[in-house]
Amino acid sequence: MSRETTAGGPLDGSPTFPRLLFHHARVRGAAPAIREKDLGIWQTWTWAEVAERVRALACGLASLGFQRGEHLAIIGDNRPHLYMMMSAAQCLGGVPVPLYQDAVAAEMLFVFQDAGIRFVAVEDQEQVDKLLEIHEQIPQLQHIVYDDPRGMRHYNQPFLHDIHALMEMGRIHDRNHPDFLDAEVAQGQADDVSVMLYTSGTTGQPKGVCQSHGAFIAAARGSMQTDRLTPDGNILSYLPMAWVGDHLFSFAQALVVGFTINCPESSDTVTTDLREIGPTYYFAPPRVFESLLTSIMIRMEDAGTIKRRMFHYFLGVAKRCGADLLDGKSVALSDRLLYGLGNLLVYGPLRNVLGMSRIRVAYTAGAAIGPDLFRFYRSIGINLKQFYGQTETCAYVCLQPDRAIKFDSVGLPAPGVEIKIADNGEVLVKGPMLLKEYYKRPDATAESLNAEGYFLTGDAGFLDADGHLKIVDRAKDVGKLANGAMFAPNYIENKLKFFQHIKEAVCFGHDQEMVCAFINIDMGAVGNWAERRNIAYSGYTDLAGKPEVCELIRECVEQVNAALTEEAMVADSQIQRFLVLHKELDPDDDELTRTRKVRRNFVAKKYAVLIDALYSGKANQFITTEVKFEDGRRGQVSADLKIIDAKTFPTVQKAA
Amino acid sequence: MSRTIGDVILDLQNISLRFGGVKALTDISFDVREHEIRAIIGPNGAGKSSMLNVINGVYHPQEGTIIFRGEERKKMEPHQAATQGIARTFQNIALFKGMSVLDNLMTGRLTLMKSHFFEHALWLGRAKKEELEHRKKVEEVIDFLEIQHIRKTPVSRLPYGLQKRVELGRALAAQPSMLLLDEPMAGMNVEEKQDMCRFILDVNDQMGTTIVLIEHDMGVVMDISDRVVVLDYGKKIGDGVPEDVKNNPEVIKAYLGAGH
Repeated sequence: MSRETTAGGPLDGSPTFPRLLFHHARVRGAAPAIREKDLGIWQTWTWAEVAERVRALACGLASLGFQRGEHLAIIGDNRPHLYMMMSAAQCLGGVPVPLYQDAVAAEMLFVFQDAGIRFVAVEDQEQVDKLLEIHEQIPQLQHIVYDDPRGMRHYNQPFLHDIHALMEMGRIHDRNHPDFLDAEVAQGQADDVSVMLYTSGTTGQPKGVCQSHGAFIAAARGSMQTDRLTPDGNILSYLPMAWVGDHLFSFAQALVVGFTINCPESSDTVTTDLREIGPTYYFAPPRVFESLLTSIMIRMEDAGTIKRRMFHYFLGVAKRCGADLLDGKSVALSDRLLYGLGNLLVYGPLRNVLGMSRIRVAYTAGAAIGPDLFRFYRSIGINLKQFYGQTETCAYVCLQPDRAIKFDSVGLPAPGVEIKIADNGEVLVKGPMLLKEYYKRPDATAESLNAEGYFLTGDAGFLDADGHLKIVDRAKDVGKLANGAMFAPNYIENKLKFFQHIKEAVCFGHDQEMVCAFINIDMGAVGNWAERRNIAYSGYTDLAGKPEVCELIRECVEQVNAALTEEAMVADSQIQRFLVLHKELDPDDDELTRTRKVRRNFVAKKYAVLIDALYSGKANQFITTEVKFEDGRRGQVSADLKIIDAKTFPTVQKAA
Repeated sequence: MSRTIGDVILDLQNISLRFGGVKALTDISFDVREHEIRAIIGPNGAGKSSMLNVINGVYHPQEGTIIFRGEERKKMEPHQAATQGIARTFQNIALFKGMSVLDNLMTGRLTLMKSHFFEHALWLGRAKKEELEHRKKVEEVIDFLEIQHIRKTPVSRLPYGLQKRVELGRALAAQPSMLLLDEPMAGMNVEEKQDMCRFILDVNDQMGTTIVLIEHDMGVVMDISDRVVVLDYGKKIGDGVPEDVKNNPEVIKAYLGAGH
């Protein structure tokens, strides 16, 4: 039996997540493992308590007949008991399969059928109702365990179990068979599949990515070394459990490092909870950082003159030298002093309002982050960094190292990871964190892993002179304009989305003479902008159609066009015509994935009439679109969309 | 449904209410059973709100008898109704606008607080302990109505639909056995109405609270109430289960006018 060491002493046997859990319970049992805000008060579970509950849940699952290698679906917000259920399944050699909690029943159906799921752990009545809706189509489903008993009083189906009842069942089982669980845990090997995460599926059906204990533990250890994570840290666990990033941060790293995870009260209270917890380690997708900044800027516009001037003055100072100070570069003494003063008056209080006073490392990934946005957070002293990875690589390929941040790269290969760029520009990676396989899809597995054991990421990118990886676009999205120039839609869309007034953009241009775009306005920012100018509007569609708003967006587009001329590769991709969409692109209407990436082909097909109008030179186009509401009802929105011509700029030849 | 409708707990017999020469209510009799949802409907000016005000002691009818839980009610004040376990919400939201949601809900506990004003002011042991208990109950209401995210937000900054929910919360904080809702869904959009319906049904089902409500949205009334009483010009013109009331020719006439 191999002996591995981890924080606090040696580990029995090869590292698996259940062993790590029981190790923490032994070595530092009284330290906090999970916190949850319940009835307005933060409740803490220590490692020992978590281990006891996991043990009870695992024994409970066993007494219901849960088998080694079996799947356990997990559906709900980030709740302590759901994390514990993941561990419980792993104790028995089972595989947790977290699903996106906001998916509708029909979307879940595929996973249930694909993974042959018999056991489910859900958060509440809402999820139970969804399962009952599709119950007839998944005859193999045998047991549903729910965490929150609210509203469940009248459900008397025998296959529904309250999680506390399951724990009691397990405790009895444990008393009768005291050696059972230890023996089960001892059977686990690092190479066993520890979790199955379904890819969001921008194209085709989602695929189940099987990751082993060893892979996630390697990824967690690598980032622990790079960022010197310590057991006294705190993280707010609020991103979907089905997303690989949450599994890495809230589950794998928490179990490897031993820090505390904190579950927010509800998804609406995240900002308040963030302030109360003051995490040391934080992850958010760029849009969260963006909306935080937008809300600060909106609030500052309402502040008094003195405060507003002070804010903008010191923000100027921070812009000049803040990022350099964080990177440890030399900064003039006068600026250093001014920054110190600013820290006292503005940056410190600002970090506090954001709940980021104690942050040692904050990460963002998932989409490109605007350079101004990124610099803003770094300049006020928050060590915001980017990483790069996929579900298939445990979200662990590249990390930006401290003190050597390049805004437009995703950083250096992480410890243990090898990167190669294929001839077609695709990024290939190899390392211990690669997926074991796609579930029941040997064809897909063979397609994505090449003969030398490299994983094909599907992203086009290149390594710069210092070895930093730069990602350009999805390899398959990169197309060509009719004149043969490269067309990288994501690249342009990201530039558009960096404007606070633009929430989403979709560019078209492959095989076309020119580039055209759909724009989604940001309701919060544009709404506020309109109110300040006394522009009355009744709702999203109305606001999006206002001539003033179209003009505002045109200015943004033209700025992007001006910026594009400076880069020879994409200078031909200037946006010539665009329109402002009458409805927000929405995952409920299948226009975005659950992780909010645009499903380009679907959007192109759905709005084909608009694309025709863009390319045929029409000045406006009437469209009626069906929308799905959260509760499943359908409605229609229609609007007469104006098509706007944007100014393009001649390519400037840079003097060498 | 495990909810069982119990005995009559409130019996209104031959109630007449006049304001000077204006007859607001004329000879109205109906009853409310324990655990039921009882709706009062009628066109504008039919006397619905007056009826509710009679129930919780704001108005005193000149004629008629009110029997609440087996006892004939003497002339009483609204706060006495509150101590008897009757809580209500208002047609026009009546919250403390400048106070936070949490504080507003805490005021709902006021009639249940036992320690003295001075004890509270000085934050003495008994008052502190009591406050914690009340806070816990209020937190349960917050959890129930899913308003955690606005706990500390001043009420005036909330949208209308949420204010209505907070008002329901304040009434619930008093742990009433009977809840009077005056147009709980007025001015709401479809989604807010659905939420409110769900909360009303949940309150009735999970807390066993008897609910008397006034509502204009017929769809809502017919969907959620057990029995409906119909008023028109201060007179009762219909009473019974939603199905009967819907087919009652007098009711149809009152709503659509004669000749239809």
